[in-house]
Amino acid sequence: MSEPLIHARGLTKTYGDFVAVDGIDFDVAKGESFGFLGPNGAGKSTTMRIIGATSVRTSGTLTILGKDPEVNGPQIRAHLGVVPQQDNLDVELTVSENIYIYGRYFGLSSSFIKRKIPELLEFAQLEEKKDVKVQALSGGMKRRLTIARSLVSEPDILMLDEPTTGLDPQARHILWDRLFRLKEQGVTLLITTHYMDEAEQLCDRLIVMDKGKIMAENSPAQLIKDYSTKEVLEVRFGSEKNHEMVDVLRPLAERIEVLPDRILLYAEDGEQLLEQIAAKGIHPNTSLVRRSSLEDVFLRLTGRSLVE
Amino acid sequence: MSNSTRNVSRYGTLHVAEARVRNMAKWAGIILFAAVINPTLYLVSIGIGVGSLIDANEGVDGVSYLTFLAPALLASAAIQGSSDEVIFPTMAGFKWERTFFGMRSTPLTARQISLGIFLAAMVRTTVSVVIYWIVLYLFGALESDTAWLAMPAALFAGAAMAAVMLALAAKIESEDFFFMIVGRFIMIPMFLFSGTFYPLSQMPVYLQFFGWISPLWHATEIGRYLTYDYSISGPMLFMHTGVLVAMLVIGLTASFKIFATRLEK
Repeated sequence: MSEPLIHARGLTKTYGDFVAVDGIDFDVAKGESFGFLGPNGAGKSTTMRIIGATSVRTSGTLTILGKDPEVNGPQIRAHLGVVPQQDNLDVELTVSENIYIYGRYFGLSSSFIKRKIPELLEFAQLEEKKDVKVQALSGGMKRRLTIARSLVSEPDILMLDEPTTGLDPQARHILWDRLFRLKEQGVTLLITTHYMDEAEQLCDRLIVMDKGKIMAENSPAQLIKDYSTKEVLEVRFGSEKNHEMVDVLRPLAERIEVLPDRILLYAEDGEQLLEQIAAKGIHPNTSLVRRSSLEDVFLRLTGRSLVE
Repeated sequence: MSNSTRNVSRYGTLHVAEARVRNMAKWAGIILFAAVINPTLYLVSIGIGVGSLIDANEGVDGVSYLTFLAPALLASAAIQGSSDEVIFPTMAGFKWERTFFGMRSTPLTARQISLGIFLAAMVRTTVSVVIYWIVLYLFGALESDTAWLAMPAALFAGAAMAAVMLALAAKIESEDFFFMIVGRFIMIPMFLFSGTFYPLSQMPVYLQFFGWISPLWHATEIGRYLTYDYSISGPMLFMHTGVLVAMLVIGLTASFKIFATRLEK
């Protein structure tokens, strides 16, 4: 069995009394697309910074490409592509120049980078913007440029911290498409997100994090299978009445979650459950049957929603 | 997919400086214009205007006022230019654009990033100082054969000040207050109280204190010593040099540490 690219045991990071990452274990294999799912403050970004060899762990063991980031920081970073949560492009420079200088930081030769730039611009769909100052780009374009920039050194591991936060739906879909292509090319992806749809789309395997701890680890499909039912029936009775209905509905569903604006009823067959409810003379204002998602997994594991 | 033994560049500092110089190149016109217009304005108003009054009274130190003034103006320009060129990129790097955090994701180290910013600032300062010197020359302010030595003296002062400002700018997290302090309480008083326009000894002793803590005064003294027949005792020359070296070393050492701490967050 080949050694994992990333190997973490008891990984911990504390800031004073605050425990940001609380003794987590995980392995990431080559070519895998691995996700960290959890709400803001779960410890995902801190974990990413430790893996990125820019933040030093408090305790635990960690090897990346067989090396310890505390000892071999620059050597490890030479193999990583990092897309941070907040863009940090040089806004005074043009799109091409940004890629160029970033390649230089890796010690790559001018000629190598210049050959690489057209390919990266095409990937990021920024060919027409190559001589435009970054200042003038839209949010989605900046994100794509940040990803293109991170690929200039042909990294073994691409790390994306909340890659689509703050983007409109169209920009998100373009970005997902680009990331999917990288995944197909066999690039190992590390993604943090608090969007369940993003995790479902992009990750082969993920860990669900909350308060610095791992709540569960598996493929998105298996997590849903393990922690939720096949379908969910969402019903609304109006905010006043929702609570009254809970006791009546509870015996009918496998599991029930009460959110401020709606009630979630977990069942293998949502439509059938809805019929059962109607047969009892209960008629919600609105109802919706959908498939279970990672959001439901998170709710089950923590009792809270991902996006609050 | 990629070569397994990838080299980590030993020239990281140069790559950071290269990026900064590319950035400055966008402002080349303004930088060059300022480099010419600044000394010209000073020389016309103070050098010639005030100078004609002073020279009518036998000059200062036995030389023309322009000759007396030249090393001080040159050092002052170097200090101002190098400070600006470390303060603004450092604030931008940590806070406004966070570019340093992008650099930190590459094999670059905190030391290379800070040193690269410093180096690029000195490139720009060198350009400014050389232009300044040429303007001084054209105004006839540089009479002696050793007048060119005012340039290294000024650059030395610029480097010492830039090193300290680099550490300060990296340390400061809220900038509004910082710029007010630097502008009003450091740069202007330093310019006025460093024996720039008249020998420091003309001041009451309690005001001479400002000169002693000012890199500008130390650089000006060295500059005057090098450019005309201005005599300084050996120990004093040693002291002037020592202060600037100390600023340079302490400033850079502190910068390395502060950059490392802040980039780790």
